[in-house]
Amino acid sequence: MDSPLNNKLITESSLFENNTKPRHRTARFWMSIFQISTVIAIIALSALLITIVNNAFGYVIYESDVDPDTLAVNGVAVDDLPKEELMAVLQSNISQGLYRRFEHDMPFEERTREDVLALIYERVIDPKVVTQYSLSDSIFKRSEIVQFAAVEYPKAELIFQSWINWDFVKAPQSGDPLRAGVRTAVFGSLWTILFAVLLAFPIGVGAAIYLQEYADDNWINRIIQTNINNLAGVPSIIYGILGLAIFVRLLEKITSGAFLGVVDPTTANGRTILSAGLTLGLLILPTIIINAQEAIKAVPSSLKQASYGLGATRWQTVWHHVLPNALPGIMTGTILAISRAIGETAPLVVVGASTFITIDPNGPFSKFTTLPIQIYQWTSRPQDLFRNIAAAAILVLLMMLLSLNASAILLRNRFSNRN
Amino acid sequence: MDNRMKSNEPVVIEVNNLNVFYGNFRAVKDVSITIPRNKITAFIGPSGCGKSTMLRSFNRMNELVPSAHVRGKILLDGVDIYEQDIDPVMVRRKVGMVFQKPNPFPKSIFENVAWGAQINGYKGNIDDLVEESLRQAALWDEVKDKLGQSGLSLSGGQQQRLCIARTIAVKPEIILMDEPASALDPIATLRIEELMEKISENYTIIVVTHNMQQAARVSHYTAFFNMDEDRAGYLVEYGNTSSIFTNPAKKLTQDYITGRFG
Repeated sequence: MDSPLNNKLITESSLFENNTKPRHRTARFWMSIFQISTVIAIIALSALLITIVNNAFGYVIYESDVDPDTLAVNGVAVDDLPKEELMAVLQSNISQGLYRRFEHDMPFEERTREDVLALIYERVIDPKVVTQYSLSDSIFKRSEIVQFAAVEYPKAELIFQSWINWDFVKAPQSGDPLRAGVRTAVFGSLWTILFAVLLAFPIGVGAAIYLQEYADDNWINRIIQTNINNLAGVPSIIYGILGLAIFVRLLEKITSGAFLGVVDPTTANGRTILSAGLTLGLLILPTIIINAQEAIKAVPSSLKQASYGLGATRWQTVWHHVLPNALPGIMTGTILAISRAIGETAPLVVVGASTFITIDPNGPFSKFTTLPIQIYQWTSRPQDLFRNIAAAAILVLLMMLLSLNASAILLRNRFSNRN
Repeated sequence: MDNRMKSNEPVVIEVNNLNVFYGNFRAVKDVSITIPRNKITAFIGPSGCGKSTMLRSFNRMNELVPSAHVRGKILLDGVDIYEQDIDPVMVRRKVGMVFQKPNPFPKSIFENVAWGAQINGYKGNIDDLVEESLRQAALWDEVKDKLGQSGLSLSGGQQQRLCIARTIAVKPEIILMDEPASALDPIATLRIEELMEKISENYTIIVVTHNMQQAARVSHYTAFFNMDEDRAGYLVEYGNTSSIFTNPAKKLTQDYITGRFG
């Protein structure tokens, strides 16, 4: 851009100052500022991801009370034994009293093979973690670790553990970090989101349709609109307090299920999935309304005029033309609102998420806990192992969010292509 | 104002002292005119003189703009369409509209034509109705094998004929056309004009156009509008197209037609 021919292009130099060089310099300056901001953002996100992944994988030194290899029968490892042999192994390795207690809790005929195997691991083999290492240590200091394990703990096992695995996802809550899983929390999250969407989606889209297509532009409606916009920015803890006062306490008869007679036997109060779902629903309602309004505003007026010109009523125009056209935008907005709601912790703590439950929620009137709350609880425990499983739980949460966002993009593309 | 319409021509619309306001701004001032049945009437005039507003007041489409209101009477077959009890939905079924930029629905060609009739409670055979409307719009031969394709996949001229077909499918009495060919190329424009002549045997057509040659070619009656100092539109002259173009009564009309202004 520095060719001398440039000056030949401009002939009337008296009227304009030749300021191309400073202009390009300014442009380059701003471009580098924006590039630097992008790089900083990428670094920050990478730091977050690396920290989490670092804690979610690594070497672990396990020391067991009883070496699982000694439990093999006729050369078949204990993991592969059939149920009867497993029962025999269990019986010969624990006290009579303990075996009778297990039989009393649930007879062994009713237990599955996996149940008995789990009991053997829990009571007989009983692996305990001696130390665990982060991923970076496991990769860069591998030989040191191997040597250390061989020297200090010759009878212990050194395994590369991925803290996030299928068992982790399937297992319920537990006080023992080795056996704890996120199943209860994931179900709790999904149930609360379901009720939040059942409340917020129809009401939100309906309100948006009314405000955009039916309401006149008078001062009442302008106040309503301003209020909705402001509510989208209210801190989520306030929704928690609102939920506590109204759904948990005031409407306790409804949210606890008392009016239907299906109360949760352990608590019988309003701290149920229904209260949590309604609270979250209120939280995402303003966002859904605003997004849906934007989507409806973007429908071209030529489409509506064509519809009215044929003698359609306002509702027919909205239902047959405006809504189908606005649907991709509405769905994207809803799914983004859901993504936000899944990560909400503070309001659900206020509404009464349980700190420790092991039973899966099975309906709107159950006690519950959610994934972010679970993560929060695990990170506040002192033992090192909880940090690892907290990191694994964070990865599960991230995967849920990623799949939600991916489905938002897919849905949006599918609906736009149909048009 | 000179209304030189033949006195024995059957009249379908009678406009008495029509004033159309957008808020406080008067867009159309004191217009009185009669529109003959089953003939093509053209509204011509410079930009901004209220022709489109005038046109849209015939099917109450102005009401879609919140600040619009109307003073005066428009009698359609003797019934004042702005009376309290009259349902604008019924008015729009009787008075159809074709817009300047073709705007078919993002649905299949079949559904484009069928939808208007279906929502108005059509009880007959929809397939026959679609075929008949597309034939009248001179589009059937081109689309009969691809009725399931999207209406947006057609060319501009075809899309406009599709819009005419869907308007016809509702069986209106009057078809309003707001510069229907201005977004099309000359050949598509000619086809639209041929179409207008063909369907004017069964429908009353009112067309707003900037193209004076088009008005001269196609219409039986022409109304010339102009804008006064307050930018309100008023009717200057109205009559038989050939007299307006060859022997206008007002100098203003003469100036406009010969291209001195506008």
